[in-house]
Amino acid sequence: MSRYRMQRLGFALLTLISLVVVAPILAVIGIILVEGMGAISWEFITAMPFDGMKQGGIFPALVGTLLLTLGTAVVAIPIGVGGTIYLAEYARDTLVTRCIRLAIVNLAGIPSIVYGLFGLGMFVLFLRMGTSILAGALTLAIMTLPVIISTAEESLRSVPTEFRTVSASLGGTRWQGIRYIILPQALPGIITGIILGLLRAAGETAPILFTVAAFFLPRLPQSPFDPTMALPYHLYVISTQVPGMPIHIQHGTALVLLALVLSMNLFATIIRSYFRRRRQW
Amino acid sequence: MVEAKIHIDKVSYAYGENWVLNDVTLDIAPNSVTVFFGPAGGGKTTLLRLINRLNDLVEGTQMKGRILVDGQDIYNSEIHIPTLRRRVGMVFALPLPLPGTVRENVLYGLKLAGVKDRSRLDEILEQSLTQSALWDEVKDRLDHLAVALSGGQQQRLCIARSLALEPDILLLDEPTSGLDPISTRKVEDSLFTLKEHYTVIIVPHSIQQAARIADKAAFFLMGNLVEYAAGTELFTRPRKKKTEEYVTGRFG
Ligand SMILES: Nc1ncnc2c1ncn2[C@@H]1O[C@H](COP(=O)(O)OP(=O)(O)O)[C@@H](O)[C@H]1O
Ligand SMILES: [Mg+2]
Repeated sequence: MSRYRMQRLGFALLTLISLVVVAPILAVIGIILVEGMGAISWEFITAMPFDGMKQGGIFPALVGTLLLTLGTAVVAIPIGVGGTIYLAEYARDTLVTRCIRLAIVNLAGIPSIVYGLFGLGMFVLFLRMGTSILAGALTLAIMTLPVIISTAEESLRSVPTEFRTVSASLGGTRWQGIRYIILPQALPGIITGIILGLLRAAGETAPILFTVAAFFLPRLPQSPFDPTMALPYHLYVISTQVPGMPIHIQHGTALVLLALVLSMNLFATIIRSYFRRRRQW
Repeated sequence: MVEAKIHIDKVSYAYGENWVLNDVTLDIAPNSVTVFFGPAGGGKTTLLRLINRLNDLVEGTQMKGRILVDGQDIYNSEIHIPTLRRRVGMVFALPLPLPGTVRENVLYGLKLAGVKDRSRLDEILEQSLTQSALWDEVKDRLDHLAVALSGGQQQRLCIARSLALEPDILLLDEPTSGLDPISTRKVEDSLFTLKEHYTVIIVPHSIQQAARIADKAAFFLMGNLVEYAAGTELFTRPRKKKTEEYVTGRFG
């Protein structure tokens, strides 16, 4: 076979593989869109569920997920970014920091149900927070931290060392170099990591199962110590735990969750490209 | 003799256990151009980076001896390092503009030092760019990105960036090594005018350049200071055989 035909064959094969990868994703989105569109209405988004969740809307679950994601962000972003700056810019390479790095890498691979059980033991029971938004957000934050830290560290390390040297040579303290040069350069990467982590937090069921999520609670939480409904768990409940649930409600709920996650993703992409464009040195 | 601006006293230095400077002693007079030259790996860069304590950033090093600037031991624990580095400016072998505009680059050090007075900043901006022979070329694009400048312009920008802090001492580590001959010429010319106001130590990128600009010259070989004398003397009548071999190009 000629080299040219080999190449054509190679391209064809690769295209096929790409299609195989993308097709299921498109199929999932397509089915959810087609089946779920019918359920979406202003009422569906803003009303309390009733009649065993077979009627009404998903308002408390949507609000719950937004609050949980916000809580996760409030806890995870400062700790994650601050910790990473310490690890990447200040900490010397010692046994302790190596252990911390190893722990972070491994934490990223732990199944989310384990975080859920940890949250139950640590926050709900031991620290007596009860099943509450606080306990749920803390659990989600712990799950999110490794993602934030590893991507942020990667971005900080990709900023050329020379900038640190130049900044120091001009009388900059280490913090000034970080504040004025390193962080602005690393920001797009850091933001990407944050959003990826929060996306995961918004969509997970296992970590909130025992720590915050309510099966059926048709009112909004009044304080961080209240439990709340949340979209992923609600979806799980109406898909598997309630007999006779109309299928368009399931698809509609899935569609809202999907839209939430995709719009966060889009937001991340926009922020990132905005900072990229400003970067250029 | 005038009191030495910089007094390097029996300095030895190691990265890990690898000693790259051995018992180096030399005095540098104020308002002069001193050249450190010799083959790569001789320890010239290291010695320069000891004078503004930039090698503090490197971990796992050892140092013996003292370095005095204006009679003050700069490795004394009471020294405020950012202040020292403002007094001892440095320009690196490769032009390393910071992210941002020409103006931001020149004024970066002053921003860190907390200088806010607009008219003073503008004044220093023009003054340092003029001193580094760049003003005419960039005065209409002060707010353009620094990376858009040519390599030679970037390097003069880096010189201006150091000058903006009004240092007494300027350390230049092969500042023209990445430049074409015309840019090199411009940078060298700007250096000549500088020595009236600054104590300059420069690692040249060629012996010709060393001979052109040196008031005094120090020849380094494998971490040892082989010979230190007036430039006119060292390049025409070197006393040590090793120096002669290197200067006449028979080194190797
Ligand atoms: N950061 C460093 N870590 C370890 N060794 C280094 C470092 N910087 C320089 N060296 C070593 O120190 C020696 C002297 O280097 P340098 O001071 O750069 O000499 P020169 O500027 O004369 O070429 C070389 O052998 C070099 O490999
Ligand atoms: Mg060097």
